[in-house]
Amino acid sequence: MNLTRFAGLAAVPLVALPSLLASSAAQAHGFVGDRFFPATLLTDDPFVADEMSLPTGVFNPTGPDGSKQIDLGVDISKRLTSDIGITISDQWSHLKPQGMPGVTGLETLNTVFDWQFFKNAPHEATAMVGMNASWAHTGRVAALGADDFTTLSPLLDFGKGFGDLPDSVPWLRPFAITGNLSVDFPTKTQSAGNPNPNNFNYGFAFEYSLPYLQQNVKDIGLPDPFKWMIPLVEISYSTALNRGQAGQKIGTIQPGIIWSGQYFQIGAEAIIPATRLTGHGYGGIVQLHFYLDDMFPNSFGRPLLGD
Amino acid sequence: MKRIVMPIALLAAALPTAAAFAHAFLDHAVPPVGGTVAASPTVVQIFYTQALEPAFSAATLTGPDSQPVATGAATVDPQNPMELVLRLPKLPPGHYKVSWHVVSVDTHRTEGSFTFDVQQ
Repeated sequence: MNLTRFAGLAAVPLVALPSLLASSAAQAHGFVGDRFFPATLLTDDPFVADEMSLPTGVFNPTGPDGSKQIDLGVDISKRLTSDIGITISDQWSHLKPQGMPGVTGLETLNTVFDWQFFKNAPHEATAMVGMNASWAHTGRVAALGADDFTTLSPLLDFGKGFGDLPDSVPWLRPFAITGNLSVDFPTKTQSAGNPNPNNFNYGFAFEYSLPYLQQNVKDIGLPDPFKWMIPLVEISYSTALNRGQAGQKIGTIQPGIIWSGQYFQIGAEAIIPATRLTGHGYGGIVQLHFYLDDMFPNSFGRPLLGD
Repeated sequence: MKRIVMPIALLAAALPTAAAFAHAFLDHAVPPVGGTVAASPTVVQIFYTQALEPAFSAATLTGPDSQPVATGAATVDPQNPMELVLRLPKLPPGHYKVSWHVVSVDTHRTEGSFTFDVQQ
C-alpha cells in the first residue's frame, strides 16, 4: 500500500528502493457488476476486502549501488463495514550491500484506512480514498534503513472495467485499468542529515481478464488453468517534490500473470527498473493471496459491522 | 517469523471446514457464451463453480430489440445445484442477451451477462 518513498533516501541503501515499490501489493477481492478485479501485486486495488497475502516474495533487481535484496512480506486486510476497511502490512528483508556483510530484519510497519466511496456496476467503475501510514521505528532503522519517522499518505484509488463497451468491439471488453495516486507527508524533514522530501506516487495496472472473456464475451474453450488467468502489466513511480531532490524519480514496470481460484490467487511478475535511480537488471515477485471472505464466509470473512 | 507462522497454522486448520464455500462463477453455458446456435434452444443452461441458493438466483433474457423476452422463471436444477436453467419460448433469429445474478450457498452474490445468436 505504501508506494515507494524518497523519504529517508540517503539513509536507505539504494537497493532497498525496488523492494519498497514491490512491497506495495494491493489487497482487494473486488467485484463491481460483472467485473472481478484481482488483487494486484504492485499497485493497490480500489476495494476494501477481507484478504491476506502470505507470503509475498520479492527478488529485487540489483540496486544502483550494486546491492541485492530479498523480501518476504505479509499483509492482511479487514472490512470494518461493507465499504470501510483497514490493512496492516510488513516485510522481512535481507539486504546484501556490495562488498559488505548482509543484514536482515523487519521493514517499516504500514497501515491503511480506506473508504470505498463509489461503485457503478453497469460501468464497472469504482473509487476509494484512504490514508496510508508508515510508522516510525517499527523496522530495523540502523541496519536496514527502515524509517525513523512516520509518513502519512492520503491516497485515491480507482478502477474501471471496459465491459460496457459495445458488442462491436468484443475483444476489448475484458480490459480493465486500476490506478493509484498519493502524496507522502513525512513527519520529519530529515533523518541523519538527509532530507525526507514529499513524494508524489502514481501507479496503474492494465489487466486483460481471460475469465471475463470466457464468462461474459466469448467462450473460446480455454481449459484450466488458463481460463482463470489474468495477464497484466503494472507500473508504479514515485517522484520527489522538494527538499533538494525534486524531480528524482524511481519506478518499476512489472508484467506478469495472476491465476485466481475460488479461495486464493497466485501471482507472479517480473520486475523491470524504470529509472536509473531504481536499479538495473531484473527481479521478480511471487505472491500467494487468500480470499478470507470466501474461506470464512460466516466469521472473519464478514465486515465487523453491518453486511 | 512467528507472526507469519501463526496465520498459516490458523488457515491450515480452517481450510477443511471452508472448502464448500465461495463465490459462484460461471463455468460454462449452453448455448455457449458468445456462441451461435442453428435453431431456437428450448433452455439456457448456466453451470457455475459453486452450488446456488435457488431463492436468490435468477436470469432474464432480452431480444434483438433490447426488449425483455417472456421466459419461464429461472430455476436451479434439483439434480445439480450448480446449474441454473432458464426455459425459453421459441426464439426468432437474432441476437440475445442473458443477464443473471446468483447467490452461492455461502451468501456471496455474483452477477454477469452474455450473448448468443440464433441463426434461424
